[in-house]
Amino acid sequence: MNTSEMKKMTYRDAIRLGMTEEMRRDDNVIFMGEDIGIYGGAFGVSHGMIDEFGEERILDTPISEATIVGTAVGAAATGLRPICEIMFMDFVTFAMDALVNQGAKMRYMFGGQSQVPMVLRLPAGSGTGAAAQHSQSLEAWLCHIPGLKVVTPSTPAQAKGLIKAAIRDNNPVCFIEHKLLYKIDDLVPLDEEFIIEIGKTLTERQGKDITIVTYGSLLLKAMEAAAFLAEEGIEVEILNPATLYPMDMKPIVESVIKTGRVIVAHEAAKTGGLGGEIVARIVESDAFDYLNAPIIRLAGLDVPIPYNKELEAACVPQKIDFIRAVHRLIDSEQG
Amino acid sequence: MIELSEEILLRMYYKMNQARFFEEKVDYLFSKGLVHGTAHLSIGQEASGVISCLALEKGDLVSMTHRGHAQAIGFGLDVNLMMAEFMGRARGYCKGKGGSMHIADVQNGNIGANGVVGGGFNLSCGAALTQKYKKTGKVVLCFAGDGATNQGSFHESLNLAAVWNLPIVFLIENNLYGMSSPISKNMNIENISERSGSYDIPGLTIDGNDPIEVYNTVLKALRYARAGRGPVLVEAKTYRYNGHSKGDAQVYRNEEEIAEWREKDPILRLKKYLQENRVFTDKQIQTMANEAHKSIETALKFAMESPEPEITSVLEDVYA
Repeated sequence: MNTSEMKKMTYRDAIRLGMTEEMRRDDNVIFMGEDIGIYGGAFGVSHGMIDEFGEERILDTPISEATIVGTAVGAAATGLRPICEIMFMDFVTFAMDALVNQGAKMRYMFGGQSQVPMVLRLPAGSGTGAAAQHSQSLEAWLCHIPGLKVVTPSTPAQAKGLIKAAIRDNNPVCFIEHKLLYKIDDLVPLDEEFIIEIGKTLTERQGKDITIVTYGSLLLKAMEAAAFLAEEGIEVEILNPATLYPMDMKPIVESVIKTGRVIVAHEAAKTGGLGGEIVARIVESDAFDYLNAPIIRLAGLDVPIPYNKELEAACVPQKIDFIRAVHRLIDSEQG
Repeated sequence: MIELSEEILLRMYYKMNQARFFEEKVDYLFSKGLVHGTAHLSIGQEASGVISCLALEKGDLVSMTHRGHAQAIGFGLDVNLMMAEFMGRARGYCKGKGGSMHIADVQNGNIGANGVVGGGFNLSCGAALTQKYKKTGKVVLCFAGDGATNQGSFHESLNLAAVWNLPIVFLIENNLYGMSSPISKNMNIENISERSGSYDIPGLTIDGNDPIEVYNTVLKALRYARAGRGPVLVEAKTYRYNGHSKGDAQVYRNEEEIAEWREKDPILRLKKYLQENRVFTDKQIQTMANEAHKSIETALKFAMESPEPEITSVLEDVYA
């Protein structure tokens, strides 16, 4: 195959392609979750995989999230490389002991004698009208746990590259996929060795006036805002920490040194959100001396996600919020 | 009734004594304030802890509890490395990072003691899934205490193991107390093995202080699981003489109750069995106990001579 060959496909199909390639490559990769077999998963991500890999490797489970994840940890520690799908990220609450107290710590507390190569796929985020128990963005909880890695792709190509990297990684990797992105389509490399390295912050757009750090579905809104602002002559640089933990801060710090202005944005609730951590790391760094304006955090409101469409949209930053925030920072300096 | 060889009886007696002496040493070190940390003693539970592991085949796996010293010794872990780990030393099983509650030997199938009550059930499902998927013919012995069977993970795991036909023997060491709480106060059934009915798997309650009964039962359960017939739940009724952990004043039970259980001591029972069946002479029996005692003195020496971990090791092994 021509290694530079690309194909347009959705984010959903890209995740499936990445998993499929890795399952063909390594017999130790198995896949567990609720209704992932004949049903194809609640969001159709595993559609058709059971036809190729059968019930031995595509394991439909009872509705027991704690045991799905605990079983994955035990299987990973003994030689398999499980992928688990938790139907909604909200239900990771059930699995926290298995993930946090077992999977994340096993290697360290056993003095390095084990490894836990597993992937936890977590469909997250709001915008689907599913209300408070099916719309959360809980990445900050996971990023608080040494031993876990947390990644979140924003494009189909990133989805494929990161799911493959996550499956090949020898640690528990939480793979957060935003539900609103499933239908987004874009070019994806067909190269089976196309990997996006875990632990790298991606520069999505270059600019000299202002830095926006954001991830997940908000990246798309930030990109749209940047295109709009470019017409006003404002050049926005956008950085995407596609690995949320451990986060690669170097490109972020370098960008802030260059622009002197920064907006950090996420959909998750503001209080205790990852934005606070990113901002703290910026002000602890050399970039502090280069700041020309206060830092702005755009984040979800500190409320549960409501059902009504307008209320729901009001909870999370929109394109217009990015544009306003950029104007505020530019104006504050001029003032 | 399975006929037991001299060799297995010897191992039983030696290892039960080794577990007893190990824990008496741990208790002593705490009482003298010589160790920083904590440990949970299973003195009195050596039949369920040690003997059940002796029924395992090479390559079988085990998941242990926070009260796991006897289980570990039964499985064949090195008492030198265990003692060094308990003392937080660099040459311990976990390089001093785990302590008593996290002793493990993963490469050899011991997927670890677990500090979380009920934490081992679903890990065992995963270890068993690996055996089933790779068709190894090996079985996982999953230890837990009575208190752990009130965790959701117990029920989820028994259910999953049952519907997936996983090769696991769940061995519940029912020592009648979850910390201070009598198990009778926290469940309305007499025998925990009754819970197997909900998952349509075999459930057995045995005298957990009878080494021969423990061995025979666990051996049969392992054969059942090994044959691909699915999991088995075994409840071994037993008793711990010491408190939950250090610093337990044991206000929840009386001396008479402890004395009654001491009458049923598993090591004394095996000794009596050996004497009555004239398997070994009294002198041979005493020699085995002496050897076990000596191994623990050697372990302590090994641990004391082991260096403390390098401070820089604090950052190692977070990620593979």
